[in-house]
Formats: sequence, C-alpha cells, structure tokens
Amino acid sequence: MTTAELLGKDPGWIIAVKALLVFIICVVSTLMAVWTERRVLAKMQLRTGPNRVGKFGLLQSLSDGVKLALKEDIIPAAADKIVFIIAPIIATAMCFMSFAVIPMTGVVNLFGHKTALQLTDLPVGVLYILAVTSIGVYGVVLAGWSSGSTYPLLGGLRSSAQVISYEVAMGLSLVAVFIYAGSMSTSDIVSSQHQHIWNAVVLFPSFVIYVISMVGETNRAPFDLAEAEGELVGGFHTEYSSLKFALFFLAEYVNIIAVSALATTLFLGGYHALPGLGFTEQWLGGWFTFIWFLLKVNFFFFIFMWLRGTLPRLRYDQFMKFGWKVLIPVSLVWILVVATLRVLQQQGANRAVIIAFAGGVVLIVMTISSLTDRSKKKAREPLPEGEAPNFPVPSLPHVNSVNVSGGE
Amino acid sequence: MTDFIEPQKKFNLENSELGINSVPFTEVEQPGPGSLVEQAKGFWVTFSTMFKKNQTVQYPDVKAPTAPRFHGRHQLNRHPDGLEKCIGCELCAWACPADAIFVEGGNNTPGNQLSPGERHGAVYQINYLRCIFCGLCVEACPTRALTMTNEYELADDKREKLIFEKEDLLAPLRQGMLAPPHPMYPGMTDTNYYNGDVKEAHPSQNPTGQGHH
Repeated sequence: MTTAELLGKDPGWIIAVKALLVFIICVVSTLMAVWTERRVLAKMQLRTGPNRVGKFGLLQSLSDGVKLALKEDIIPAAADKIVFIIAPIIATAMCFMSFAVIPMTGVVNLFGHKTALQLTDLPVGVLYILAVTSIGVYGVVLAGWSSGSTYPLLGGLRSSAQVISYEVAMGLSLVAVFIYAGSMSTSDIVSSQHQHIWNAVVLFPSFVIYVISMVGETNRAPFDLAEAEGELVGGFHTEYSSLKFALFFLAEYVNIIAVSALATTLFLGGYHALPGLGFTEQWLGGWFTFIWFLLKVNFFFFIFMWLRGTLPRLRYDQFMKFGWKVLIPVSLVWILVVATLRVLQQQGANRAVIIAFAGGVVLIVMTISSLTDRSKKKAREPLPEGEAPNFPVPSLPHVNSVNVSGGE
Repeated sequence: MTDFIEPQKKFNLENSELGINSVPFTEVEQPGPGSLVEQAKGFWVTFSTMFKKNQTVQYPDVKAPTAPRFHGRHQLNRHPDGLEKCIGCELCAWACPADAIFVEGGNNTPGNQLSPGERHGAVYQINYLRCIFCGLCVEACPTRALTMTNEYELADDKREKLIFEKEDLLAPLRQGMLAPPHPMYPGMTDTNYYNGDVKEAHPSQNPTGQGHH
C-alpha cells in the first residue's frame, strides 16, 4: 500500500489532529532552532550563549517571543495599513503550508489509527512546495512596499530578487530528482530512495546545488545581504514591531526548517534510517522514524549554523553572479546528463554505452575547467613595472612601501 | 629623513591636468582565491572551536576581579584621624571633561571642622550618567582626596540614584578614625596632616568624649 492510499483512508478528525501536530512541530522546532543556533554559534565563538532562562536556557526563545508579543505594535503613518498587516500573515502561513506534504514518519499508530505523519500526499507534492514558497515571497514584497518607507522597500526588493533567483536554481536541482525517482510526490521519492540509494549519492551535484540554493532562498548567511544586521537597518521588516515582527521571525525559521526537511526528503532518504540501521524503524511502534527525520533535518540546520559562523557576507553582485552564472548553467548541464543517462537506461542500452557517455561528460568537463584555469593564470601575469610614485605611499600587504624619504 | 614630503614639481598645476587619472600608481598583484582545501580550513576553525573551553564569565554568579588599577566608582578619602581630605577646591570639577562633578566649598569653623585647614567640600556630587571614568579628576586632586575604587556595578533604574552625593562617595571610617566634624589633632597644622604626621585620632578630638570610634 502506498502512502497516498494509506493517507486516503484518514477520517476527518485524524487529519485535523495531524494538522495540529504539524503546526506544533513547526512552532516548537522554531523555538528550539533559535535556541540551538544561539548556543552553537556561541560555542563557535568561545562563548556560552543563552543559559539562564530555564534549564540550559531552553526557554530563552519562548521568553523572547512573549516579550516581543507584549511590545508596542507600531504601524507607521505612511504605511498602507491593510497590506501592512496582511504581509506577515502571508509570509508565515505559506511557510507552514509547505510542511503539509513533508513525510515525517513511516506507518505509525496515531490514536488507534494506522497512518503516517504526513498531512497529505499530492502527486505533485514538490511542485506544491515550490509554489507555496513562491507565494511566501509576496509577504516580503508587500511588507517592503506597504511600509511606506525607503529602506524596507529596497530591502524587500532585494530579498525577493534574491529568493526568486535562487528558486530557479533550486527548481532545476530538483528536476534531476524527479527524473531519477520518476515522481514528484514526496512520499514516492522517499520510497524510491529506500529501494535504491540516497539521491544525495547518485545525484551529488544536484544535492550540492540544492544545499547552496536553499541557503540563498532563505536569506541566510552568507547570503543574508538583503537584511544584513550589521550593515542595514533590517531589510524589508524594518518598520515592523511586536507580533508582526515575531511572525516574520517565525516565518524565517519555519522556512529554514522546511527547506531542511525538503532536503532530507529528497536527498537523504526522508524518515528512513541510515543504511544498515533499518531495524530501528520498528522501534516505538514506528515513531522512531520521526527521530531519524529530526536527526537529518538537524544535520541540515547545523550546516546553516556552520555557514553562518564561518563565512563572511557576499556582495550583492557576487551573489547574483553566482546564482545566475554558476548555479543555473551547472544545473542545466547536469539535468541534460541525468536525462540522457535515464533515457539510455530505459531503452536498455548497453552498459558500455552508458559508461562511455558518462566518461565522455567527465572528460569534457575536465577539459573545460583546465582551459579556463589556464586562461585565468595567463590573465594574472604580473603587469609591467610602473614608474614608482613620487609621493609617500603606505605599505600594502603585498608590496614594500616605496621610498618615502624622497627630497632632494 | 621625514616620513611625509610635499608632492614634487612633477605635479605642476600649469603643465599637467591634475586629477584622479594623472596620479601614477603601481598595479599590485592580488592573490587569487586559494585552493578548495585552503577555503575549507575556515570551516575547520569554527568546528574545532566548538570543543574548546569558552571564555564566558558567568557574571552575576561569578565576579571576576578587575585589574588592580581599574577605574571604578570614586571615593573621597580621609586622613587617619577621620577628617576629610577634600578641601573643596573644585579642581576635579574643572578637570572633568564630561562635566560630571559638582563641588561647592565651605569654610571650616571651630564648631564645624570637616577637614584640616580652612576649607572643606560642602557639596560634592558626581553624576555617573555623565562620568566617563577617565580619571582626570584623580590626577587633578591636590590632596589625594579623590581616588577611584574597583567597584563597577553602577546601574540603577532612576537617574537621580546615579548622582552620588558626598556621603555616598566618602570612604568608610577605619580603625582609629573619628567621624567628623571634630577639631584637628592637637598641636598639628594642616601641613603636618599632609606630611603624614597624624597617625590616628587623639582622644581630645572627640567632641562627645566617648572614646574612639
């Protein structure tokens, strides 16, 4: 029985319970994610991080949330009031909606009912997630526009340009997964990985592109240039305060968890155990698969934190150049390769032909990369020595200071 | 050998267009991006740091001692017999770059002798909302009346509470000191006080005649 058939038998109240569960999982994991991130980043900087509210500071983000909710809610006089209120709601709601199709457990017993912890299973589940996250961008755009102020407008435009650009690369990296699994349904992709091997292994380039573009898509470091805390006022949410700001904050973290969950589902075998540990999936009546799911999601969340702790922020032009000129062309070529291999396989081509094709692709890529390397080296040849300047020049990192005594 | 010289005659305003494009410069070769391993080293730095001992001091629970000469709250010192050292000269207030100190001097009278000599500080206020803890007041003080302690917990919820009055700043009475006002040590002048000839209060200094503090 496929997951879709299993979920089709759910009575209404089970669906309601699962919807509530998904909501709770999102909110609680956001609270935990904020705390985890602050603690882990602190550890990376020889600090302790929040450790005073509750045991180990576990309730820190809860108290922050309460504080935020009790603050004065300011709507600027120049703001378009209705849109200003709707924008954070759109942003948050869409993030939660994308969680509906994520399969979080295998077959489990929920209040005496045999089901799986997945709200619904669409035949086009992954496309649905892409669509819903795209609508989430409206929250950003409308927030920036309706604030009636310059900085939020610029920040909103930059954030949305960023999200849209990286969504292209993200969508393209998913195409290879669709081709390989032969389905767009999240649960089918998980089960196809269970039968063969994780997509992260066979489709490694897609995996790398997805991981990079998911960071760009969520506006996170090192791609957080549109809301760079140290440099800008705050991007699109500059004029927001109190609960509305809290909603954007929630949306950001739910979004991070959603893309991590999608990465888990599409590339790391979803809720299934690590290879060789399959027996654990029966533990706790199947609920142990949820722990595997959480572990994998947290693996991606750790990557988010690690990147934030390590890399400096990109410049906007570098960021756009990387998205459009590197990620998208590489994904396109990779899709061509995957599609060709798939067709060859389906037409029962000789194994030798497939290997020859793969070898040919590798050869071409290596030739191109070595050629570009050589041209780069040529371009970097030292320029002819210019005339020494006639005025004092401070020493630069790679050149000794010019004789500054001068004077005849 | 000077470090900086005037631009030379080459930059003659008459025969060359002086501008950003006419300034000679040397191209400096920039190092290209490092290898993948080089770039990955940064990730190792942050990862390995997670397992190092962190440097945080759990402040309200653990109070690390300050440096011995830390600039903390001020203190108005006393002579060994308990008389105040401050003579109300206002030099500290004049030295203060943040205008945080207010002093008003007063005359010492036989019934109200607060410090040796003629004058004492009648009003002495330091506003810790203005003070920048530079210590110029301490340097300015001619009688070493004003010094700084290592106390740094100077936060409060009312502005008024952070204007410290003389009684907040005065050093506590130690062994052998008598609370002023009281007469000077018998047979001693203010010069004797500054020379350190007074070691402790004399019983006759106690106006109530009830012995040492």
